[in-house]
Amino acid sequence: MIEIRWHGRGGQGAVTSVEMLALAAIEEGKYAQGFPSFGPERRGAPVVAFNRVDNHRIKIRSGVYEPDVVVVLDASLVGLVNVAEGLKPGGVLIVNTSKSPEEIKKEMNFRGAVTAVDASKIAREELGVPITNTTMLGAVIRATKLVKIESSEGPLKERFGRLAQRNINALKRAYDESKVAKAT
Amino acid sequence: MKRVVEGSEAVAEAVRLARVNVISAYPITPQTHIVEFLSEYCANGTMDARFLRVESEHSALAALIGTATTGVRSFTATSGQGLALMHELLHWTSGARLPIVMAEVNRALAPGWNIWVDQTDSLAQRDTGWIQLYCEDSQEVLDTIIQAYRLGELVDLPVMVVLDAFFLSHTYEPVDVPDQKLVDDYLPSWEPKFQLDTEKPCAFGPLVTPAFYMEMRHAIAGAMEDALEVFPRVEDEFEKIFDRRYGEIEAVSCNDAEIILVTSGTATSTSRLVVENLRAKGEKVGLLKIKLFRPFPVELVRKVLAPAKKVAVIDRNFSFGASGIFAQEIRAALCNTMKHPPVFGYVAGIGGRDVTADVIEDIYRRAKASDFPEGESVWVGLQEN
Repeated sequence: MIEIRWHGRGGQGAVTSVEMLALAAIEEGKYAQGFPSFGPERRGAPVVAFNRVDNHRIKIRSGVYEPDVVVVLDASLVGLVNVAEGLKPGGVLIVNTSKSPEEIKKEMNFRGAVTAVDASKIAREELGVPITNTTMLGAVIRATKLVKIESSEGPLKERFGRLAQRNINALKRAYDESKVAKAT
Repeated sequence: MKRVVEGSEAVAEAVRLARVNVISAYPITPQTHIVEFLSEYCANGTMDARFLRVESEHSALAALIGTATTGVRSFTATSGQGLALMHELLHWTSGARLPIVMAEVNRALAPGWNIWVDQTDSLAQRDTGWIQLYCEDSQEVLDTIIQAYRLGELVDLPVMVVLDAFFLSHTYEPVDVPDQKLVDDYLPSWEPKFQLDTEKPCAFGPLVTPAFYMEMRHAIAGAMEDALEVFPRVEDEFEKIFDRRYGEIEAVSCNDAEIILVTSGTATSTSRLVVENLRAKGEKVGLLKIKLFRPFPVELVRKVLAPAKKVAVIDRNFSFGASGIFAQEIRAALCNTMKHPPVFGYVAGIGGRDVTADVIEDIYRRAKASDFPEGESVWVGLQEN
């Protein structure tokens, strides 16, 4: 089972990300769970959301404390909250940033693998808004190989209708433009 | 069709599929997304139903008592403080023998303000004459809402379908949302035995003197007993069409178990994992899930628990001055059997504190290590000062 924690800010669509990833996983016959941090949320404030993906029915019904993957939707959160908290040894950190993955590693003093992509730039160019949830899904797919990139297209089409193609383009660009720094 | 939905949406989908005619609700916290989805369905024509937005939960149920008395299928959803405000009318619903269905999202009661999971809100309503069914995942929630109309309409009693706040209400997971046609085959339209009808005028809710009141109450007690008989039939019919059933209770690995954990709600799901892991290490542990809480399936519970050496009940609720409420019920069910195991009561996860696999395993280890219960309830996971 893979556990993922998404960091974003209220209104950036972290919950939509977990929904889209869960949909892509079940498209492939896998099992998935997605949930927000439980409690009141405020626009702009740091929020988290979670995914579990497995090949078997998921029985666990409690919080995620030691994720395998951490995704950061908003670059300003690095340094503001400890995004690597509880991340398993050998886990993957995926960050929306204009910096290189090596720079992020150094800045955070983080030894694990880092995938970096300038999702804000891609989202501005492809979607016209700096909402990075669907874009970052491309980086997650690249870094984790959890689902095939094609499996995300159906759920995006259903969710975004006529805006789907732009989101798919953004997701594919993030997949291609992600840069990876290995664990050290 | 398999979809990824939030638990709240699973409820709303079931209400749509049950062809409910009237939904009445108060939309403010501690309400959940359930009625948000339903108001949209009513507004955009997905459902051919009336959505009554009233001024309080008390009014929400009062309105449904009116609509159900006219013979139309009626639904409401609430939580925590909202359910507490409905209390008077909960009695009225069962007394009037109206098969209204409610989705009750377990949330803690204030003060302090807390919208997280805690079962004390619904369990505090155990004596109101409502059938109560506790669910562990969103598929079960959807299926149980549909079954609840069948069950309630067969025995003329209201049904509360209970689900954990957040762990179900706000969690997305795959759910099979059945075709309308299949649900129509399963759930016939409601034929009320009595209803407001201008052609056949009669009075409802009159004064009932001691000469009759006791018989009315006895009839409700009888209907609850009937519900125990009818429930398996309702599930048989459901299984034939949908290939799923849940049981009043479910015993997991109990046959040779020395210690049996008793759970309800989502703690059951996590406990399944804990029992699998402990079994793999050679521990003789079993799990009893309680789904049907009212009427309480005493005979079924006795049969599973009586042969065990110890019973450990996990309660996400508390009755002050007594103990965890499921533990009370289990003790009451067992005490009139000649030989029965001691019942260890553990209180965990109050007000949304997480009941993790570690917490459940800790409870098992504690029960294993003690010869006899230290008290009526042991609170697990309290912060040390």
